[in-house]
Amino acid sequence: MELSRFPAYLAGRLVKAAVVVLAIVVCNFFLIHAAPGDPASIIAGQSGSADARFLEQLRAQFGLDQPLYMQLWLYLKGVLTLDLGFSHRQQASVAALLWDRLPATLLLTGAAFLFAIAIGVTMGALAARRVGTWSDSVITVLALTFYATPLFWVGLMLVLLFSVTLEWLPSFGMMSVGVELSRIGRVLDIGKHLLLPALTLGLFYVAVYARLTRATMLEVADQDFVKTARAKGVPEGRILRRHVLRNAMLPVITFAGIQAGQLIGGSILVETVFAWPGIGRLAFEALLARDYQVLMGVFFCTSVMVVLFNLITDLLYAVVDPRVEVS
Amino acid sequence: MAVSRRGLMATAAALPFLMRAEEALAQGVQPKRGGTLTTIVNPEPPVLHIGINNQGPTLIVAGKMFQGLLRYDAKLQPMPELAKSWEISPDGLEYTFRLQENVKFHDGQPMTAEDVVFSIMKFHMELSPRARGVFGRIKEGIAVDANTVKFVLSAPFEPFLLMFDVTVSAIVPKHLFDGQDYRQAPAVAKPVGTGPFRFAEWQRGNFIRLERFDDYWKPNQPYLDAIIYRVVPDSQSRRLALESGQVMMTQSNDIEPFDVPQLRARPNFEVKTEGWEYFGPLMWVEFNHRVKPLDDVRVRRALTMAVNRDFIAQRLWFGIGKPATGPFHSATRFYDGSAKTPGYDLNAAKALLDEAGLKPNGQGVRFTIRHMSLPYGEVFTRLAEFLRQSFRQVGVDLQLESVDVGTWSQRTANWDFDTTINYLYQYGDPTLGVERSYVSTNIKKILFSNVSGYANPKVDELFTKGRDAADPAVRQEAFSEVQKLLVSDVPLLWLMEMAFPTIYDKKLHNVITSGAGVHASFDDVFLA
Repeated sequence: MELSRFPAYLAGRLVKAAVVVLAIVVCNFFLIHAAPGDPASIIAGQSGSADARFLEQLRAQFGLDQPLYMQLWLYLKGVLTLDLGFSHRQQASVAALLWDRLPATLLLTGAAFLFAIAIGVTMGALAARRVGTWSDSVITVLALTFYATPLFWVGLMLVLLFSVTLEWLPSFGMMSVGVELSRIGRVLDIGKHLLLPALTLGLFYVAVYARLTRATMLEVADQDFVKTARAKGVPEGRILRRHVLRNAMLPVITFAGIQAGQLIGGSILVETVFAWPGIGRLAFEALLARDYQVLMGVFFCTSVMVVLFNLITDLLYAVVDPRVEVS
Repeated sequence: MAVSRRGLMATAAALPFLMRAEEALAQGVQPKRGGTLTTIVNPEPPVLHIGINNQGPTLIVAGKMFQGLLRYDAKLQPMPELAKSWEISPDGLEYTFRLQENVKFHDGQPMTAEDVVFSIMKFHMELSPRARGVFGRIKEGIAVDANTVKFVLSAPFEPFLLMFDVTVSAIVPKHLFDGQDYRQAPAVAKPVGTGPFRFAEWQRGNFIRLERFDDYWKPNQPYLDAIIYRVVPDSQSRRLALESGQVMMTQSNDIEPFDVPQLRARPNFEVKTEGWEYFGPLMWVEFNHRVKPLDDVRVRRALTMAVNRDFIAQRLWFGIGKPATGPFHSATRFYDGSAKTPGYDLNAAKALLDEAGLKPNGQGVRFTIRHMSLPYGEVFTRLAEFLRQSFRQVGVDLQLESVDVGTWSQRTANWDFDTTINYLYQYGDPTLGVERSYVSTNIKKILFSNVSGYANPKVDELFTKGRDAADPAVRQEAFSEVQKLLVSDVPLLWLMEMAFPTIYDKKLHNVITSGAGVHASFDDVFLA
């Protein structure tokens, strides 16, 4: 990598990223407003009574009485000053709502992410090393099963086993409420609540990483430089770690980059099944309630994260694989 | 006067709910201080302040922090809450309430007549369409002294006394709202009421915690230390939470009807469907009268006869709820059981459709209409499928459309449907909750108005007569006649008187003690 060109490269990428994010914001805005129904009519529907004045009041309060282009302009102006707006439905600022949910979301997705990479890559490497043996078959079949099973079903089955039958773990929520716990006790309590949802969410990705690692490792293992290394008499374990695995990491990093971009978005399904207070559910509920500001806030943050992680992934390539140059 | 045994028994029969309230005592279980009730709230309320938001879940949670002047038993008879007594002038124009003494808001300020006048005349008038419809008839609201309030009506309004439940006119602190934009006032985020429980903590998406208010006006009450509402969005997870003892109670729509029979079978759970009489929810198929051939009364009657309402109540709702007999919920005042909508009769239905000139084509289909299913849970999807089967039996093809809440609300309000499902609360009185669905003056592009477009001048006239008459006998006469007329016009296909199961651990006592059930303040609920 030529260090002198790096700042210019980064600046260029950041400008592109900003344009992409802005375009996403505008697209989201129109998509969301194209959905039938508005927050006022939904509140009226859920309150069981309504009159014209009620709807007018709500629409005025929510700013929905303004023309659409005006609403878009106001929103863009807000976003450019990093003000994500205010959810009138929930009487709270969008930033505060997101901020509230962020720790829970990152805890869940982060735990699932690390779990998936660690177990997935290990499983894939093991399978590749013993390709064709029974342990390879077991790992491949397991990975395929995780890959093909719907998340919510895995979640429910885990709950049935660990919460209902064995009574080891709580079936929902992020922590015990209404009990006094020491700091350590609280950490353990959250850990117990985290286990099942993180496992559920992670299993799918375990399968992805395992399959990816196995396939690329087998591909790399056939290449000349590996044969050369072997001919030089490099020990097998070292070949695997230094030569094969490292070269097989590129697709894994690509996929990890994609997954990392989604970390902040949470997972609607897993959060719903386990009543985990994350951003995925916030977004889903905002969608159903047509809580435009919240939904656009979530979209904005996730798109920023995706763009950012794409950039980081590109930079990481260069670190892992010296052949890739930043340009 | 000697009280005969028979007289005593009659009194007991007339007061089933008071008896139920005392049931625990009768069984020798003494109220006990302490303990936390963990239960569920679903869906999560957007805000917790009553009035600012009046959705079902908000009312249930906020009903512990706020109180109304009155509460009501299952027969809709008023009982004291913040008002200890009340009088109505003989001309039916003046209502005087005497307030309980020493009532404090959670911030320590005393609750006075000024707060009551403010809540009724300003707060709810500004915020709630339902309150506005009735309180607009108040000519004057006067704080006579600190503990006496008088409302003077411009004309007699017989159902007026039904309007003082916490769910419609909770008493809010004037000092925290007056002169501000009510929706943006700081007190909205931190509700301050007079109820037995005060707001403690709300972690969105996670739980709401209410704690005991030590200065509550009833001495030694409430019994519980805290109530925790967990937010659990998935119905199967809710059921598991209850079964595994992680929560002690569920209510409203928490548990899908098809899960109730298994829970009923468990010895440690009590399953009650009482406690919805004050609301009187009635479910129906909404017909859009602007869509042919639904404008033809013979078609509407035929479709009514094609549906087995017993099946719906027994097999889809598993006995939670009763088949509807007509436009009035049987708990609603002036219900007349003699006006009955036609029963299940496929042959008569086919004959009527033939008579209407709708002959089956080669595939046996007479006509095709759309049906937008109600997006309020799995059971309504099953209902839509059942209706399709039912109508198919008489040669009517129902095309199902799945929509989300936003789409359903908008399309129903804009009359953009052929048929859909709807259920409305009747609020105990035909003027308060039935009239709005049938009178032609209320044909509007707004939800819960007369969206079907049904119009009959005679029906309009009778509802007006029933609304304006001061004498209950005159009202009964008008409403009996209106029920007969409606049953013969079949503007809607009435399906079921709904109820919702309250399922709780038997250690919990006094859960349902009024016609508003789990919306009550829970100041008498205890664990033993």
